[in-house]
Amino acid sequence: MRGLFLASACVCIFAVGVICYFLFANGLPFFAKYSAWDFITGTEWAPLRGIYGILPMIVGSFLVTFGALLLGAPIGVLTAILMARFASSRVVRVMKPAVALLAGIPSVVYGFFGLKLLVPFTRNMLGGNGLSMFVASILLAIMILPTIIQTSEAAINAVPNSYYEGSLAMGATHESSVFRAIVPAAKSGIVSGIVLGIGRAIGETTAILMVAGNQARMPTGILAGVRTLTVNVLLEMGYAADVHRESLIATGVVLFIIVMAINFIFSFINRRRVVQ
Amino acid sequence: MSETGATTPAVDITVPTRPSMHLGSRFLKALCWAAGFVTIGVLLLIIAYILVNGLPEFFSRDEQGTLHFKASLFALKYNSRNLSMLPAILNTLTMTALSLLISVPLGVGGGIYLAEYAKPGSKLVKIIRVTAETLAGIPSIIYALFGMLVFVVTLKMGISMLSGALTLGTMTLPLILRQTEESLLSVPMSYREGSYGLGAGKLRTTVRIVLPVAMPGILAAVLLSIGRISGETAALIFTSGTGTGIAGINDSGRTLAVHLFKLQEEGRAVGASFAVAVVLLIIVVLMNALSSFIAKRLTKKG
Repeated sequence: MRGLFLASACVCIFAVGVICYFLFANGLPFFAKYSAWDFITGTEWAPLRGIYGILPMIVGSFLVTFGALLLGAPIGVLTAILMARFASSRVVRVMKPAVALLAGIPSVVYGFFGLKLLVPFTRNMLGGNGLSMFVASILLAIMILPTIIQTSEAAINAVPNSYYEGSLAMGATHESSVFRAIVPAAKSGIVSGIVLGIGRAIGETTAILMVAGNQARMPTGILAGVRTLTVNVLLEMGYAADVHRESLIATGVVLFIIVMAINFIFSFINRRRVVQ
Repeated sequence: MSETGATTPAVDITVPTRPSMHLGSRFLKALCWAAGFVTIGVLLLIIAYILVNGLPEFFSRDEQGTLHFKASLFALKYNSRNLSMLPAILNTLTMTALSLLISVPLGVGGGIYLAEYAKPGSKLVKIIRVTAETLAGIPSIIYALFGMLVFVVTLKMGISMLSGALTLGTMTLPLILRQTEESLLSVPMSYREGSYGLGAGKLRTTVRIVLPVAMPGILAAVLLSIGRISGETAALIFTSGTGTGIAGINDSGRTLAVHLFKLQEEGRAVGASFAVAVVLLIIVVLMNALSSFIAKRLTKKG
């Protein structure tokens, strides 16, 4: 039995190996036909004419993620502080499952909600056709909230109570003890929660596809459409063939490397926190 | 805090009373509450919006104005007129069952190895942990490529429920593995010692004594996985595809989430889309509620 248990634990290793192998084996041949530099820095995506530049998508992915962070990170961290230090246990008992529910709502439902409510709202209030980076960022901000809240709350709760008591003993108020003693001590945990949120945002596909307009050109403004790396794959994989198909798998490789880098940063921050 | 301020001797007026700091902190505290309201408000807005628009779609009015349940939404066969979601519901059940059939044995087995058998801190354990973390962090669109390249193309399973289930099984594996390990580790050592003391072996102790105690935690992870599987779209479109019928293992079949995505893409049937969104939402809420109910029972016991 021990061998069987060991084997099932090793499936994880096997799966990661297979994913890497197939992704790279199918994506890298593309670079034999098309220069990697032109692929990553090219600003034009025109598969029909054999031009494959994914810079607009790379920029798009980062801009949408940045917008999501701008909105989601403060709200998430402040909500976590509220839940950890200000709200009564009765309020927390309501908020915890609510945040878990927010994490559980499928991305296609988020996308649908965005498409039906946020897109027309934006079109009517701010102009443009509504399918925009703006809506995509708002939607992503909502979607990464639970990740940021849960990680930050755990980090804040892990700060030893003596920090708080020490601060109180120095004559500080409850509020300033929280903001000046506890939150700074939980900083690296909060940052790692935000990094995890970035990873989630960069990888999100369905919801963005439904609201972002998906034009494959350099983003022109916050109310204009945008296409991310993930959307590029999902949108065109259905009908792509030959070099075009390989270029999409290569897009996946670029995305994979970006996500792995973010995960590495996350575990690096976490490890340093444990050492501390 | 103001009482302490009042009893402080007049000598040190500088330290405790810096009104600017208090004001700043009060402001930040107010911001915290505002953020909390936004978080809850957004959740309520999404749920209310979907329910208000979706629930009426399950009913229709006849000439006399009496409400009837729209049974055509649950017809056995999907067509572009009835837009039935029954095949999609059944496919979701099949997909969930098949995926769990893959991820639960592997995840629980792996979790047992990590918690009960492995030497803590050994190199292998470290590698397993890192790869499990990696699997958990891979976005679903990469899983889509993986499933398509490995199961659909290389292993020649074609676009089928099986390909989709193998993909989602891999995707939910780390969740179940980690939760199993954590639940097992939280079982007190004395349980194991008691069992050993009565002469039971390692395997018997693990399966008969430790595993049952850890069961609620594992079950909570399984329920969360069900939520993830029924909500997944990107990883399924190129693996199990968008077939509209009730799919067998080797057929292409759309789950509810994919159904909603396709209805939306085809740009028609807004009403039916809302109805599907309601069902999806209900599944997720139900799974979450069950999961936290079980988790609560677990913490009460502990």
